[in-house]
Amino acid sequence: MPRKSFLEAVRDAQFEEMKRDPHVFMMGEDLTTNLFGATTGFVEAFGKERVRNTPISEAGFIGAAAGAAMVGMRPIVDVTIASFIYPAMDQLISIVSKSRYLYGGQARLPLVLRLSLFYGNSTAAQHSDRPYPMLMAVPGLKVIIPSNPLDMKGLLKSAVRDDDPVLCFEDAGLWSTKMEIPDDEDFLVPLGRATVSREGRDVTVVALAACVAQSLAAAADLAKEGVSVEVIDPRTLVPLDAETILRSVRKTGRLVVVDPAHRTCSAASEIAALVAERAFGALRAPVLRVTTPDTHIPFSPPLEARLFPSKSRIAEAIRRVVGFDLGDSRRSAGA
Amino acid sequence: MAHFDGELWREIYRRMVRIRTFEDEASRLASKGEIPGALHTAAGQEGEIVGACMALRPDDYMVGNHRSHGHPIGKGAALRPLMAELFGKQTGVCHGKGGSMHLADFSVGSLGETSIVGSGMPVAVGAALGSKLKGNDRVTLCFFGDGASNEGTFHESLNLAAIWSLPVIFLCENNGYGATTPASTVMSVANVADRAKAYAIPGAIVDGQDAIAVYERVLQAVDRARRGEGPTLVEAKTYRYADHAVNLGPGFAIDRGHELAQWRRRDPIALFRARMIEAAIEEEELARIEAEVAASVADAVEFARSSPFPSYEEAFDDVFGERVPLPQSPLACG
Repeated sequence: MPRKSFLEAVRDAQFEEMKRDPHVFMMGEDLTTNLFGATTGFVEAFGKERVRNTPISEAGFIGAAAGAAMVGMRPIVDVTIASFIYPAMDQLISIVSKSRYLYGGQARLPLVLRLSLFYGNSTAAQHSDRPYPMLMAVPGLKVIIPSNPLDMKGLLKSAVRDDDPVLCFEDAGLWSTKMEIPDDEDFLVPLGRATVSREGRDVTVVALAACVAQSLAAAADLAKEGVSVEVIDPRTLVPLDAETILRSVRKTGRLVVVDPAHRTCSAASEIAALVAERAFGALRAPVLRVTTPDTHIPFSPPLEARLFPSKSRIAEAIRRVVGFDLGDSRRSAGA
Repeated sequence: MAHFDGELWREIYRRMVRIRTFEDEASRLASKGEIPGALHTAAGQEGEIVGACMALRPDDYMVGNHRSHGHPIGKGAALRPLMAELFGKQTGVCHGKGGSMHLADFSVGSLGETSIVGSGMPVAVGAALGSKLKGNDRVTLCFFGDGASNEGTFHESLNLAAIWSLPVIFLCENNGYGATTPASTVMSVANVADRAKAYAIPGAIVDGQDAIAVYERVLQAVDRARRGEGPTLVEAKTYRYADHAVNLGPGFAIDRGHELAQWRRRDPIALFRARMIEAAIEEEELARIEAEVAASVADAVEFARSSPFPSYEEAFDDVFGERVPLPQSPLACG
């Protein structure tokens, strides 16, 4: 099997889907310039009508993607950096997420918005956002957040074939990671299905995007200390595969959720609430969230580096939930 | 005087009367609480609505706004599902999900009315882009108001349509007010059409009370769009008789006494009726059209009244293609 990078996986998924279905087309800023390598060879293969450079006009072209989808096209919009969705928030929320519902199912909006999570590289507060949690709170938007090249390709292809709008959040920290990907144009990863990235008995770690690799590294370290960690990668946040998470927590009795988003109302918060409501009886320790604190992302590298989840912060959280003594806690709470 | 086309003129008249009668009845029912929510009527604007719609083919697309009823009626939508939608009934054209501000009838090319001012304009651009990419010659008519022309989406939409030569007609229904604010106090140009220059596209002003004038100017824009020559901005000068909306509270009522009386003297339906009589259409025939329309509106109201409300489960349909899970209990997260 060929080894491909995360960005090559993006490129291949788009290329294959455009080749397969003439209704698929791409829009975005600087698309034909191929800024990051996700559209290598596209203009030559598909022409500039289907590989469409846009002005810097997010509300315009994201709304246009919705209109084109409503008349039967299947746009893929490269929004590039995730914060660039903000100028188009009304189009995204009032039009993209709601049209199917408002019009009683007459409208279908098969479109994909690709948004990179561009944090951890000194781009400061306006370019470093991880805004998927606020969009998880908008019904009508599916949200995927792949953690490796294989899932990136398979999920993106499923997203293009899906009849609903899908937001694809791509962690830029993963762009250069490589792995073997089957040379199969119909290789798909279904939306809405989590995967167990590592099996374990003592604690469940649910992790997103680049935090999956950090959690796996922390799990390997903890194994040396005799702690068996199970790592779950939801891969899709909407619809969330609650059962896979709950099954794991019912087995391990402990949960750490790792999410590079800001803490308040993070995806981690939602997953923690889900487990508290539906698997409370299985819990043997408080649920811990490893997230980014509720401050803005600073430019200065040493400041920025300490804010995001890291292998050591994840390991510390795991040790705390494993070392937690339920009996002690109840006695001290009663005292 | 415009070339007389009896069949076209009769249909224009029928659709204008249909909008007026439908909305008069809907206003009455909303005032007494039988129709829920706010109701924004277009009485006074029927000339520009129907004139523009009649310049389209049945398979052309249309996008509109919160002043929503006239557009699908102008495009030829059936009245029963529209009225049932205003009642929030299951048989409504949107199954009771959209209501008065969000009518849509895809069967006649009505891709939906949107209630955030200016939000439909990029959608219209996208529908036109879809036609271009598919290689068909369907055009898109985009209704928007004077208020929307101050939104950023106006600029983005006209720019995109212009640079891509898209088959879209931007039809500004300038009724003089954004809610209660006079348009002239929030614009630095006298006409919305003047803004076309910024995109190097044609900008035209028409008398919105003259359905035929609107029809003829929009038809030119439609022909240009079908030829692949790009968008046109047409501004129809018109007026709405009613306050911003029924059921939004007394704060929306403003005194427009003299101005309102002046515009009522140029009522688009009355003007056109007189013109048809001048063109030797029998008054009895017009009265027959009016009676037929009144009967069809009464039938639509009866249909809406006797239709069931949607079931609770339907609140969970059409969020996605597959139904979203219903809460398992009042305490469960689903």
